[in-house]
Amino acid sequence: MSTASEQQSTDVSRRRFLGYVLAASTLTVAAQLGEGAAAPHAEAAVPGVPEPADLYDLNDMLTDATLATANLITITLNADGTASFALPRTEVGQGITTSTAMLIAEELDLPLDKVQVSLADARPELVFNQLTGGSNTTISTYTPVRVAAATAKQQLLEAAATELGVPLSALSALQGVITAPDGRSLSYAELAVKAASLTNLQVSVTLKPATAFSVIGTPQNRIDALDAVTGRKQFAMDVQVAGAMPAMICRPPTINGTVVSVQNRTAVQAMPGITDVAVVSTGVAVRGRTFGQCIDAVRALQVTWGPGSEDAATDATVLAELRAAENPIVTPPLPLLTEAVDARFTFHFASNSALESNCAVADVRSGSAEIWACVKAPITAQEEIAAQLGLPVSAVTVHVTQGGGSFGRKLFHDAALEAAEVSKAMGKPVRLMWHRTDDFRHGRTHPMSISRVRATYSLGQVLTLDQRHTSVATEFGHGLGEIITSSVAKLPVGGLTFSETIFSLTQQTPYNFGVTTQLLTEVDNGFHTGSMRNIYSPNVRCAQELIVDRLAAAMGQDPYHFRRNFLKDPRAVAVLDKVAQVGNWGRTMAPGTAQGIAIHPEYHGFVAVLVEIDCTPATVNRQIPDAVTGPRVTKAVCAVDVGLAVNPKGLEAQMMGGIMDGIAVTLTSSLHLNGGYFQEGSWDNYFYTRQWNTPPELDIIVMPPTTGTPGGAGELAVAGAMAAVACAYGRATGTMPTTFPINHDAPLAFTPLPTVPPIPQSPTDGLSRAY
Amino acid sequence: MPSHTFVLNGQQVTVDVEDDVRLLWVLRDILGVTGPKYGCGLGVCQACTSHVNGKAVNICCVPVSDVQPTDEVTTIEGLPATVGQDLHPMQQAWLDMDVPQCGYCQPGQIMAAVAKVLQARAAGRQLGDADFDEIRNICRCGTYHRIREAILEAQTKF
Repeated sequence: MSTASEQQSTDVSRRRFLGYVLAASTLTVAAQLGEGAAAPHAEAAVPGVPEPADLYDLNDMLTDATLATANLITITLNADGTASFALPRTEVGQGITTSTAMLIAEELDLPLDKVQVSLADARPELVFNQLTGGSNTTISTYTPVRVAAATAKQQLLEAAATELGVPLSALSALQGVITAPDGRSLSYAELAVKAASLTNLQVSVTLKPATAFSVIGTPQNRIDALDAVTGRKQFAMDVQVAGAMPAMICRPPTINGTVVSVQNRTAVQAMPGITDVAVVSTGVAVRGRTFGQCIDAVRALQVTWGPGSEDAATDATVLAELRAAENPIVTPPLPLLTEAVDARFTFHFASNSALESNCAVADVRSGSAEIWACVKAPITAQEEIAAQLGLPVSAVTVHVTQGGGSFGRKLFHDAALEAAEVSKAMGKPVRLMWHRTDDFRHGRTHPMSISRVRATYSLGQVLTLDQRHTSVATEFGHGLGEIITSSVAKLPVGGLTFSETIFSLTQQTPYNFGVTTQLLTEVDNGFHTGSMRNIYSPNVRCAQELIVDRLAAAMGQDPYHFRRNFLKDPRAVAVLDKVAQVGNWGRTMAPGTAQGIAIHPEYHGFVAVLVEIDCTPATVNRQIPDAVTGPRVTKAVCAVDVGLAVNPKGLEAQMMGGIMDGIAVTLTSSLHLNGGYFQEGSWDNYFYTRQWNTPPELDIIVMPPTTGTPGGAGELAVAGAMAAVACAYGRATGTMPTTFPINHDAPLAFTPLPTVPPIPQSPTDGLSRAY
Repeated sequence: MPSHTFVLNGQQVTVDVEDDVRLLWVLRDILGVTGPKYGCGLGVCQACTSHVNGKAVNICCVPVSDVQPTDEVTTIEGLPATVGQDLHPMQQAWLDMDVPQCGYCQPGQIMAAVAKVLQARAAGRQLGDADFDEIRNICRCGTYHRIREAILEAQTKF
């Protein structure tokens, strides 16, 4: 790989930034979060083409929203020579604690294992600047974190210069030690107190040029890997809070059903281990000595339920609603001989449930509350919990815990809000956890959508591409909304709703396809929805890429060369060429197998994915108990350019995970709505990618730095992989898929669990299944 | 209340709890051993996988009364001691391959992997595709590929 320096623009490295030295007992430095992080961008929209997201995307909005927030992030140099930083973002597996530690290690010249990164409590003074989403963390913190670390190093050098009696310019810092020309040296541990300041100071610093990087851009293992593999990593349910006993909710049989009455409250409260039973807004809460006894109590409760909000809804009724709401495509008059391709795609409800189900610890007292939860919008959580409890925001503390996955789920804080309500109702601390079955049935879903795409072509040119995406509404009530409110005036998309704005800011067509329009229409109803890793893109871009394959076929071109000819950006061409070369595009494939190739641009980055799929009967009909096997992706090659990969190894992991998601949403995983509830209630009902669906061959190529600044990394592979798998499936079977996942309309591959009682009992045959 | 005695990570423990409470909750909620995770309570996701007498078991599906006083229950916390090292070679391979992302499933994945290797070894063979197809542990971050690589690396090292 070439070094980041080749791409780094010198003007940034020479810029001076403001850092702060804070009065403290050991050296404590700070920088403004948001400062200098945003690259210049176009001021206004050009109507029509290019599309808004080409000029100013969701990430620009998130970054700009942080600029006005004059609040500080602080690095403390401890007396033992380590550095500590509380990151005002949420780690859910994406690797931002590691990449942030790398930024600090780089600029501070301290070994990576001496940098400790924890997660900051909710800090309401940061206003917009504590939301983890839209793949924005590294983009928005890349400069501020380095400024703070550079400030620390400068102070250490000054303190060393005084101690050693030599000019600062003669000193060098390496691996946490400052050395004078005569060989005398002082460690950061020895300087941590001496470099401390009695007063707050404002200082001016420069950042390392990319040519001097020795940590940024190098592959590093996760800083929390040892904790993860030893079981020491603490998630919300592992936090020991005095008196916080397990709690669960008995939920209604259908979505948004309500409690009318509870028949046996006293009897349930007398069950072994159970301490409390309370009716709350989402059902009947129980608290007990163990979660096992809470499960028993939930199952024993006899509740009369009121109707839910979607009791008559099925997949078919929602689909009909979407079809009725779809906006027409009006194509302007076109030259004679113009031909068109036109298709409509259906994307079914999908679950963003993480392996760690919704959960939170809450200790609500008369005048205060303390919450422990993995939430990606902790300030919004704090505000809403305070409002619900009737407390001032300052009386509510929200500790952000490490997350067992998010995939969009932890943008919301449903469990934290619920835990606070339950703790208040019972007057006791609780450790509230959702049962897996509830997490699928009552948890948030990625909404069902349809996407119609029509493209016209003539004489070797694509003249128009129109896309009408119609979706059950996606909820954005987690703080993104606040950001949009503050930013909407300067967006080139004025007058749109929040969802339409997000859509406009994330959706791009990477091809020169003439007049291009992409519009979102939403149908609002009572479903609990939310983003799922990559928001709209997997569906929108999958539909587009399938149409691209169809255009290529109609115009007699190879899918790879066709894409190459029409791509707008050389970075897109480079990743496409890379996967075509590494993946041996065009090699002869056996009948029933095929390659597929696709590209996806988002968050200032580009990804290309090439897959090979096996749709032969021998593979499709593989028998694995309680599983969906079906077509198998046998090989995946992914090339990614995020401008600058701070940690290429972490980026590889993100791409691999994104590919597993893309395979799942294309081939196997969806929720089936019937009778007002989702049928799926376990991981053997909701068919996320398992070992038997995993591509035996997987190759990720991280491109050398291009822009010199990091783009988003957490999501973009999902859309690229989904599109590539769909295109490969179409080529292997000869039929373009139009319903996703492809198996959704097949008979259910499982028997749905009952809805009353709402959760199943744990089996008792564990020992007999030992291996 | 019934009393239950077993060996947990090399130490004998006695717990007073009802017979039908599953071992997962006895460990997590009463004994404070949090390495085994809850992911479903149905024996499906396998995030709670631990060892009972050296074999992989979904302890969310084991009533505590099924465990006898001489039974040895090993969780991820006790795995290194089974080979007398600070880290089991499987854990070391997990680090070498930088397998974890969020890390929630990984204790269960590692315990399953160790048992799967021992099972294949007892049958006189190394792990193949059919064995991987039998590893049902969910990883929602999608680390499956690195899990395979780590298992293949570690399988001859213990």
